[in-house]
Amino acid sequence: MKSLFKTFLLVALTASTFTWLQSCKPKGAQSAVSGDAASKVYVAPGKYDEFYNFVSGGFSGQMSVYGIPSGRLFRVIPVFSVDPEKGYGYSEETKAMLNTSHGFVPWDDLHHIALSETDGIQDGRWVFGNGNNTPRIARIDLKTFRTAEIIEIPNSAGNHSSPFITENSEYVVAGTRFSIPMDNSNGDVPINTYKQNFHGTVSFIGVDKTSGNMNIAFQILLPGVNFDLARAGKGKSHGWMFFSCYNSERANTLLEVNSTQKDKDFILCVNWKKAEEYAKAGKGKLQSVKYAHNIYDEQKQMASSAIENQVMMLDPKDCPDMVYFMPCPKSPHGCDTDPTGEYIVGSGKLAAVIPVFSFTKIQAAIAAKNYEGDYEGIPVLKYDAVLHGEVKKPGLGPLHTEFDDNGFAYTSFFVSSEVVKWNVKSLEVVDRVPTYYSVGHLSVPGGPTRKPWGKYLIAYNKITKDRYLPTGPELAQSAQLYDISGDKMKLILDFPTIGEPHYAEAIPASLIMKNSQKIYKIEENKNPYAALGDKFARVERKGNEIHVYMTAIRSHFTPDNIEGVKMGDMVYFHVTNLEQDWDVPHGFAVKGANNAELLIMPGETQTLAWKPEKPGVYPIYCTDFCSALHQEMQGYIRVSAAGSNVPISFSTGKTAPAVTTTTDKK
Amino acid sequence: MKLKTMIAETLILTGVILFMSCGGGVDKNAKQVDLQELQKNQPETHGTELKESDIQITNPLNAEWVTFGKNIYELKCQSCHRLTEDKLVGPGWKNVTKRRKPLWIMNMATNVDMMLETDPEAQKLLELCMVRMPNQNLAKEDARKVLEFMRSNDGEK
Repeated sequence: MKSLFKTFLLVALTASTFTWLQSCKPKGAQSAVSGDAASKVYVAPGKYDEFYNFVSGGFSGQMSVYGIPSGRLFRVIPVFSVDPEKGYGYSEETKAMLNTSHGFVPWDDLHHIALSETDGIQDGRWVFGNGNNTPRIARIDLKTFRTAEIIEIPNSAGNHSSPFITENSEYVVAGTRFSIPMDNSNGDVPINTYKQNFHGTVSFIGVDKTSGNMNIAFQILLPGVNFDLARAGKGKSHGWMFFSCYNSERANTLLEVNSTQKDKDFILCVNWKKAEEYAKAGKGKLQSVKYAHNIYDEQKQMASSAIENQVMMLDPKDCPDMVYFMPCPKSPHGCDTDPTGEYIVGSGKLAAVIPVFSFTKIQAAIAAKNYEGDYEGIPVLKYDAVLHGEVKKPGLGPLHTEFDDNGFAYTSFFVSSEVVKWNVKSLEVVDRVPTYYSVGHLSVPGGPTRKPWGKYLIAYNKITKDRYLPTGPELAQSAQLYDISGDKMKLILDFPTIGEPHYAEAIPASLIMKNSQKIYKIEENKNPYAALGDKFARVERKGNEIHVYMTAIRSHFTPDNIEGVKMGDMVYFHVTNLEQDWDVPHGFAVKGANNAELLIMPGETQTLAWKPEKPGVYPIYCTDFCSALHQEMQGYIRVSAAGSNVPISFSTGKTAPAVTTTTDKK
Repeated sequence: MKLKTMIAETLILTGVILFMSCGGGVDKNAKQVDLQELQKNQPETHGTELKESDIQITNPLNAEWVTFGKNIYELKCQSCHRLTEDKLVGPGWKNVTKRRKPLWIMNMATNVDMMLETDPEAQKLLELCMVRMPNQNLAKEDARKVLEFMRSNDGEK
C-alpha cells in the first residue's frame, strides 16, 4: 500500500512537471485553448476568486457580479429593473428608487460600469452604472452590494456615454446618444427640423467624497451629434474628458447609411476644470427642467425620491476654451485613455486604422490655435497636429480598448471577432486571438485606471451561437477569459452572462471584501415601521389601513395569527428580521398578493402592501429556507366582509379555545 | 481516503508552484493577499471563548445592568425565550441561572457556534429544540448585562 502511494506521488509529480514543461514552452504556434487552461481558472471548493468582475446586465437593467478567474456568478444586483426575488421595486421601501420624471419606470438598459477611484486607482467604494433608455445614473454601495442612489439626467435621451468616472471620482458623466429638443423648449417640432431644433448635451455629475451622493454640477450644450462612449483624462490629462461621437452628418433617419457619409467623425475634448470655473463664475444659465433624484437611506432602510427643478447649462458660445472637437475616423465607439494619460485611443467602428492621439500634442494644437475650422462654432483641431500615430491594418471594426500595466493596449474587433494586442508607443501589433463571436467591450482588471492590475482580459461577446448547449432561439450571452500574463494571450475560459453585457470592470477581491457588510445592526435600525423586539409586534388599524408590525426569527413570525382585516382595507406587513447572524435572511409572502415577496436581511425591516380581493383565510410564510423548522415558519391572516364586526386580534403561540363551528356550506 | 487527499494536495501544490514559476514573467501579485483570512476581519461580533476569570458575579445586582439586559432581551431574545419555565423555540429562562453556570450562559450568548460544536449540554439542547440558536451579535459586555437580568428574573437581589 505504501509503495503504491509512493508510485502515485511520483506519477503525479512527473505528470504535473510534464504539463509545466509543455505550458512553459513559449511563443509557439497558438492553439485556441492551451493545455493548462483548467488549472488557471480552477478555484478549489471553498476558496475565493482573485477578482470581482462587475458586469453590465444590458437589457436586463441589472448589474452582475462574477468571480475571476472562475467565471462563477455571485450576485445579480437589481439596479434599474424590478426584481421580485429581492422585492426590489415591489417593497414599499424600494419603490421610490425607480421613480423618474415619467413616473415609476420598472426597467432600463444598463450599459457601462465605473468603479470609484482615488488618485486614479480603484478604491472599491462604489460602482456606477448608466440607464440608457430613461437617462439615469445609479450608484451601488459596495459595502452592501445594493443600489444606494439613482439620479435622472434631464436634457438627455439615450444616456450611452456614461457613467465613466474621473480619477478622484469628482464626476461621473452622461452624454446623449440621441440628440433631442431641450426639455425647456417646445418639443413638438417636425423631426426633419433636426438640425435647427435638436441638441446633444454632456452632463457632469458631481460625486460627494464622503457620502458618494450625486448632483448634476453642470451640462454643456452641444450640436446634435450622437455621443457614444467617454473616458476621463488621468495623470497629466486629469481635468479633461473625452467623448466619442458619431453622426456628425446630423441625420435623423436611416442612420445606418446617412450617418456614415463622412470619413471622420469626432472625439469631443472637454476641459472640465475650465467648465467648473465657468459654472462657478455664473457663466451658465439655470434651466427649468424636471428630474428625479432617489436615495436609499440605509438607516431608515427606505428610499425617498425628490423631483429637482433646475440645471446649470453651459453654452460653449459663452465659454471659450472649454470644448474642442478632434477628427476621428470613422463612427468612433471607444475613446480610451492609456494609464499614463498621454494617449487617447479612438476606435472607429468603420475605420481601417486605430488612431492614437497625444494629449501633449492636443495641448500644443490648442495653444497654437491649430484648427482646421469649426463645427457649429466649436473649434476642430487639425487631425495631423494631434495624432501620435495610427495602428495600421489592425483588424475589422475596432470597438473598444483596454490597457495593461506593461504599455500594451488590447482592442476588440467586432467584425473580425478578435482581440488585438499592440504596443501603445510603437503602435506595433504584437498578438491577436479570436473571440467567439463578435466581441464588444473588453475588461482588464484596473484597465481604465492609472494602475491596471493586468493578468486577465475578459471579452464580452455579442453573439454566442454554438458555444453552449442550445436553449431555443434565445441563448446565454457569452464572456471569454484570456490569460494575458505572458507575451501571448491565451483563451482559458468561456462563461455565460446575464442580459447583454456591455462594459465591465474587474477589481482585486481584497479591495472590496474587507468592507463587505454581513448584517444590519438591529440597534441601528431606524425604519419608522420596525418592530424592534416582540414587545413591539402588533396590528393597528388606521382608517382603511391595517399596519402589521411583525418580527421574524428562526423560525416563526410574531404575530402569526391575525384577524380583523376587512374588505377594502389595505394591509401593510412591516416585517423586521431580528436575526443578527450573517446569511440568515427571512422571506415573506402572502397568498394572492399582486406583488412580489419580501427578502429581509438580518436586522432589516421591509414592507409589503397587500389588498385582499375577497374574504377568507390567507396563509403567509417564510420563503427563504432558514432552519430545520423553516417549513413551520408560517401563519394565517383572516379577511372578513366589509361590514363585519370581527375585532382586530393577533397572536403567536396562543391556542384559542376549541371551536366547534365549521364554515357554512349552504 | 488519506492517500487520496495527500495525492490531491501534492498535485495542487506542484501545480501552484509550477504555475507561479511559469506564467511568462509578469507576476505583480508577489505578496498574495490571503482572501480567506481577510474575511475574518469583518465587523460581525463572534466572541472569543470566555474563561471563568472573565466573569465576576457580585451582589447586590447592578440595577442598571438589569435594565439594560432587559432591553437586550426584548430586542434579541424574547422571540424564542419566555421568562417563565415554558419552552418556546428555546428553553424558558426561569431558573436558568440555577441550572447553568454563568460561564456557560455567557459563552452560549456570545459564542453559540463554538458551544454547539463542543459543549455536550448545548448539543443536548439542540437535539431537543431542533433549531440552532442564532448568533445574535452580542458583545461580552452585552451578555453580562443579560446575565444580570436573568439573575434578577430568578429572584436574586
